[in-house]
Amino acid sequence: MGTGIATTGKFPLSHHFTNVEQQVESNKFGMWLFLATEVLIFGGLFCAYIVYRYLHPEIFVDAHHFLDKKMGLINTIVLLTSSLTVALAIRAAQTNEQKWIKIHLVTTIICAGIFMCIKYMEYSHKFHVGLLPGEYFRAASEQFREPHNVQIFFGIYFLMTGLHGIHVVIGMVLLSVMLVKASKGKFGPHYYGPLELSGLYWHLVDLIWIFLFPLLYLIH
Amino acid sequence: MGDHNVNYLEAKKGLKSWLVTVDHKRIGLMYLFSVLFFFLAGGVFALLFRAELLTAKGDMVSADTYNTFFTLHGVIMVFLVIIPSVPAALGNFVLPLQLGAKDVAFPKLNLLSLYIFWIGATMALGTIIVGTLDPTLIGRVDTGWTFYTPYSSNGGTAVIWMTLAAFILGFSSILTGMNFIVTIHRLRAPGLTWFRLPLFIWAIYATSIIQVMATPVLGITLLLLIMENVVGIGIFNPNLGGDPVLFQHFFWFYSHPAVYIMILPGMAVQSELIAVFSQKKLFGYKYVAFSSLAIAIISFIVWGHHMFVSGQSELLSMIFSFLTFLVAIPSGVKIFNWVATMYKGSISLKTPMLWALNFMFLFTIGGLTGLHLGTLSTDVHLHDTYFVVAHFHYVMMGGTLMTFVGGIFYWWPKMTGYTYNENLGRASAIIVFIGFNVTFLIQFVMGAQGMPRRYYQYIEQYEKFHVVSTIGAFILLVGFLIAAFALVQSLIQKNKAPDNPWKARSLEWTHTATPPVEHNFIGQPVVEYGPYDYDAPMVVETLESLEAKGQPYQFSEA
Ligand SMILES: [Cu+2]
Repeated sequence: MGTGIATTGKFPLSHHFTNVEQQVESNKFGMWLFLATEVLIFGGLFCAYIVYRYLHPEIFVDAHHFLDKKMGLINTIVLLTSSLTVALAIRAAQTNEQKWIKIHLVTTIICAGIFMCIKYMEYSHKFHVGLLPGEYFRAASEQFREPHNVQIFFGIYFLMTGLHGIHVVIGMVLLSVMLVKASKGKFGPHYYGPLELSGLYWHLVDLIWIFLFPLLYLIH
Repeated sequence: MGDHNVNYLEAKKGLKSWLVTVDHKRIGLMYLFSVLFFFLAGGVFALLFRAELLTAKGDMVSADTYNTFFTLHGVIMVFLVIIPSVPAALGNFVLPLQLGAKDVAFPKLNLLSLYIFWIGATMALGTIIVGTLDPTLIGRVDTGWTFYTPYSSNGGTAVIWMTLAAFILGFSSILTGMNFIVTIHRLRAPGLTWFRLPLFIWAIYATSIIQVMATPVLGITLLLLIMENVVGIGIFNPNLGGDPVLFQHFFWFYSHPAVYIMILPGMAVQSELIAVFSQKKLFGYKYVAFSSLAIAIISFIVWGHHMFVSGQSELLSMIFSFLTFLVAIPSGVKIFNWVATMYKGSISLKTPMLWALNFMFLFTIGGLTGLHLGTLSTDVHLHDTYFVVAHFHYVMMGGTLMTFVGGIFYWWPKMTGYTYNENLGRASAIIVFIGFNVTFLIQFVMGAQGMPRRYYQYIEQYEKFHVVSTIGAFILLVGFLIAAFALVQSLIQKNKAPDNPWKARSLEWTHTATPPVEHNFIGQPVVEYGPYDYDAPMVVETLESLEAKGQPYQFSEA
């Protein structure tokens, strides 16, 4: 097509866009819409959380003592760090510091890995003592004022953190793909769209955890 | 790559070229034929249980089988036919053409959405097999399309499958919606300002917003329901401290807006048909455009009208009842504007226009009877009766499906390059109109007299009504078969269609060949008038043609 701005250096312009700006803007817009749907998916769970906390406040207070605040806090710090490093990776692409793109991406992926390891430790402890949702709930404790219903808290806990965990894993895959691209030298000041979009996604995953942590671990 | 100036059907050959295509036109066609196939399947289930209802006694099939029939009819028609009908099938084909774009913004995601649709559809139909294999018979899907808890909480394998299918289909719908929103924002041709967009685009835009905003909530609801079935997490189970009404809240938070995912696209096609076949500027363009957005917004705050008798607080019910009335305003605006458009227009009663008129009559009846159900006091009497069944069939089938078929007849020459037999097309529209009213008008009467929906056996007092209704259903079958025959015949007879048989003014007619070339346009179309400016001269310029004339296009708006 003879219209629009000429494409710069190595920018891979798709056949159906007329110019670079159109492609970049479309991709960004699409990503924001996707993030909106993610927020709404978790929004449904947050609604369920609010309803049950309102219906059974005592269950939430009693059950949250069985979550490990220390591990939750470490995970929060780990994720916040990874959000910073992914932002730095994008910055490195914009300033064309090829080495730092890779270093920051690797750090981000390692942080995500640490998060999942800690999550695994928390989960296996709960499986061990039977703090599980529904019919699998086995933990008997005099600390529960309503032992009959307390599994609802763990149902919500596993659903929310589980869905979040799946998002972390998807994020790790996505960032690994970006790492491969980065080591091929695909990113630079002229082209860093996919990296930026992956970063956006990663920030959202982080943000959701920022809400999950106090809602589940720090109840008064 | 094939030759870009060959028409899209012949640019590449072979089955594989279709399965890996990213061409929105081919994806639209594959959606179209999938939807038509499921329409047939859903229709067959309807005819089966209508036949069962001929007599007051349950004698043709067992009660369980009857439950499976109406559930499959509902699920198939809602999730596999109406929701994808206009947006995914017609929209995919038409939207980029009307925008003057070469494709949608994310062609690969578009193909992905089709595959997700196929996977979900296969699972949905697969429940028939899963249910039959399950010796206990509790494996059958007999929950109705609404999957209400607590009944669905221990529904067995097939219910889990069906819920999963609906969950997966939701992603297909989200992808289509996202794609369209971005495409409409970013890929419009030079000069195609927001208020020069065809109203088809405006209504699809509103639809897409609902698809993106509401479907994730359905997704999480269905996920919770699956969890409830698999590990019994008790969120919807009162025995474990849960609340079954919460499911209804979640479900209708999606499914009421989903009603507008279903009807807005019908209104989208309607605006095009009414304007083109009246050859007159659409009356109150901006009002019609914004009424679509108004409907989209209001749709999110009325879901409680489905729970007037579910133990929702009285105050809440009163608020929801009031809010529901608000929907009538933008819907009324549209109807009045369409009628005003026809007034003193040069109306030609071609096949698509007859289907559009079907919409006008039937949707008006459906919309007005909706007010009876939105009214708190009358709803208590009419709730879960055949009155409700008649109401939503007048809106969904009398509304969306009529314009869907009208839209197929309207864009058929553009899609295939062939014209069909006008008389057959007209006959089908008229017979469907008759059959539809015979089937459903009587259901208002029986519902008002107290016949509950979804009953397998009923008292003899209602038998005469059911007989009429069943006869109507078979008239409908004849009508749709004639329509199908007309379309198939056109493919066999191969009568070449002209580029713009309807003298329309939107880009898909003015600037493309019939059928369009692979990348839609030769050159980049520019737009100088609105899509309904029948009084303005017909302009078929492109950036290139203006350049050649020595009057290059001035990019005015930023
Ligand atoms: Cu509703």
